[in-house]
Amino acid sequence: MIQDYLILSIILFCLGILGVVTRRNVFTVFMSIELMLNAANLAFIAFSRLHESMDGHVLAMMVMAVAAAEAALVLAVVILLHKHKGKLDTNVFSLLRG
Amino acid sequence: MEHTATYLGYIPLFPLIGALVIGLLHMFTCTKESPLPEKFFGALGCVGPVLSFFLAVVVYFQLKGMPEEERALVHNAWTWFAVGDLHINMGFLADPLSSLMLLFVTFIGSLIHIYSIGYMSGDENFGKFFAYLNLFLGSMLILVLGSGPVVMFVGWEGVGLCSYLLISFYSKDTDNVLAGNKAFVVNRIGDLGFVLGMSFLFWAIGSGGFDYLSLKANASQLTPAIGIAVCLLLFVGACGKSAQIPLYVWLPDAMAGPTPVSALIHAATMVTAGVYMVARFSFLYSAFPVAGTVVAWVGILTALLSAIFGMFQDDIKKILAYSTVSQLGYMFAGVGVAAYSAGIFHVFTHAFFKALLFLGAGAVIYALHHQQNVWKMGGLKDKMPITYWTMVIGALALAGCPPFSGFFSKDEILFSALAHGHTGIWFIGVFVAGMTAYYTFRMIFLVFHGQPRDKEAFDHAHEAPSVMTIPLIVLAVGALFAGFLNLPGIFGGNLNVSHWLAPSVVEHHPHVSIWIELLAIFSSVAAVVVGIYIAYVKFSDGAEEPEFKGFAKFGYHKFYVDELYNAVFVQPYKAFGSVISRFLEPNVTDIHVKLSSTLYKKAGKAFKVFQVGYVRVYAIYMVIGLSLMSLFLSQTIN
Repeated sequence: MIQDYLILSIILFCLGILGVVTRRNVFTVFMSIELMLNAANLAFIAFSRLHESMDGHVLAMMVMAVAAAEAALVLAVVILLHKHKGKLDTNVFSLLRG
Repeated sequence: MEHTATYLGYIPLFPLIGALVIGLLHMFTCTKESPLPEKFFGALGCVGPVLSFFLAVVVYFQLKGMPEEERALVHNAWTWFAVGDLHINMGFLADPLSSLMLLFVTFIGSLIHIYSIGYMSGDENFGKFFAYLNLFLGSMLILVLGSGPVVMFVGWEGVGLCSYLLISFYSKDTDNVLAGNKAFVVNRIGDLGFVLGMSFLFWAIGSGGFDYLSLKANASQLTPAIGIAVCLLLFVGACGKSAQIPLYVWLPDAMAGPTPVSALIHAATMVTAGVYMVARFSFLYSAFPVAGTVVAWVGILTALLSAIFGMFQDDIKKILAYSTVSQLGYMFAGVGVAAYSAGIFHVFTHAFFKALLFLGAGAVIYALHHQQNVWKMGGLKDKMPITYWTMVIGALALAGCPPFSGFFSKDEILFSALAHGHTGIWFIGVFVAGMTAYYTFRMIFLVFHGQPRDKEAFDHAHEAPSVMTIPLIVLAVGALFAGFLNLPGIFGGNLNVSHWLAPSVVEHHPHVSIWIELLAIFSSVAAVVVGIYIAYVKFSDGAEEPEFKGFAKFGYHKFYVDELYNAVFVQPYKAFGSVISRFLEPNVTDIHVKLSSTLYKKAGKAFKVFQVGYVRVYAIYMVIGLSLMSLFLSQTIN
């Protein structure tokens, strides 16, 4: 039973990583990160159910709160990036190229 | 036996705090539009020394109230470091010897701080000067009060540093900076001797404690070879600090600093540190008289050599500088023949009259707008009466004319040399006494008597302000009467200072007939009278600057010793350095250094390919790293 949830969580997490690694649009990258966070949340909830303890729920609530705060921050950063270069392609922002 | 006295720690602390406060205030205000007023810095600078002086008086009276053999106050502030058996305390010791030093160092230090308010007025670095001067006094007090050689060495290096800083004080002139460098480098040579001597001493008898009292108790365990080596190495340190042959060359150049510095550091206090050290280790030097004899001969030969140089100088401060070297030679002759109390007493009286002469010279230089050449002076007697009369008192004391202080202390040294059977040292000493009288009064006559040689400077000359003349008068009283503190039996006294110092130093007074004592007194008085008479005949009535030739030219150029040192030590060293920089460095050391730098460059280029600059690639790295770590963890846990 628990395996199903974990497999779903892993699938979601890997989709998130794939999104972060392959997509170039800042918004898509951001959404992928959110997907990874929710995959982790799903694992938390599943384990919480398994152990019949509330700890996992607490952590899941916490992650959601952090994700909301992060969303506010990232949107501000995105606006700045757009003002700076006029584009939202991550390949444009490669100042650290060696 | 020992009494503790916590307040000993405050004696060096007051000037050190003063140095810190003044230094910071000067640092943060000197660039401002309206800097702090000079009077503020001057007053702040005088607080520390004066407080220390009062504490020194308290120390003296507390010691005086104790039974004679118990006179020692100690204060161990904290354990500085402890390595194995070696426990070094930041400890202070006040016994009769250090209390005498304390008294005159703080007293003359305070007076010179007051004098400096007048002399340094108008200088843009007024605050910096007082910070350095306070720092110097604090270091000197650590040197004097230290309870062991290591703490003394802390003060020793501190005063060396301040000496360097103050010689180069007028740092816009390259010559002054070079003079400071010279003093610093020559002192390093001496310090090496001090450190080696200290190490030998620790290696031999350090296991029983490394402060003076323990060392004194264990001194009998020293073998003669080690003992003599320790004594001579410590004396090398003393030679550096106290300007003896062959390391005396820095002191005349040190006159590049402001005149109060010459008076305080390079005449009254710091340069006598070497004599103090020899007296401190009197238990070693009297156990190994051979070392003492070396000290005495080096001292008296230095006295002779620098007296010869002093006779031909034309810079008023250089004349006084050579007379300081010469008097330091007398002091070493005194401590060398195991007459430690006589040597220290000469340190004491010399501090008064030499500080007086320097401050007087400073007043003359101040009045003549920084003219230092005695051949451009003359006839100042009526224009500067206070300076004139105080300087005459100082000159009579320096020449050793009875009943001025220098007579009693110098005579005590010469008499001790004779009584201990060192006839050669006594004879040279009497001869040098005559020369001293000659060059001192040559200076007095050239500066104050005869006709003015530079009419324009003479017309502008005026007496110094009272903040400068009052210290002169106080010092003149000291120079006049300090000698009576140690009146020998033949004049109805009972050698008070010698008895006071007796618990601190190891010496014995040989009993000799009264005729030898009379011979010593009359010979030195005769030498002084002859010296002053020759100076009077030659210079009292306006002599003109002579053409130096023959021996006089040789003496005027200081026997070309500076040139000799330059040719023998400095130039070969420079050549050695240029050989290294030109051949050794590029061909041997640089190759390896450059190899490593190119290796890093190449490695950097190789790794550069990973730094693509795209955020998503970095995310891949992160994922790979995290995956590997998880894999590793899962492998190890199961």
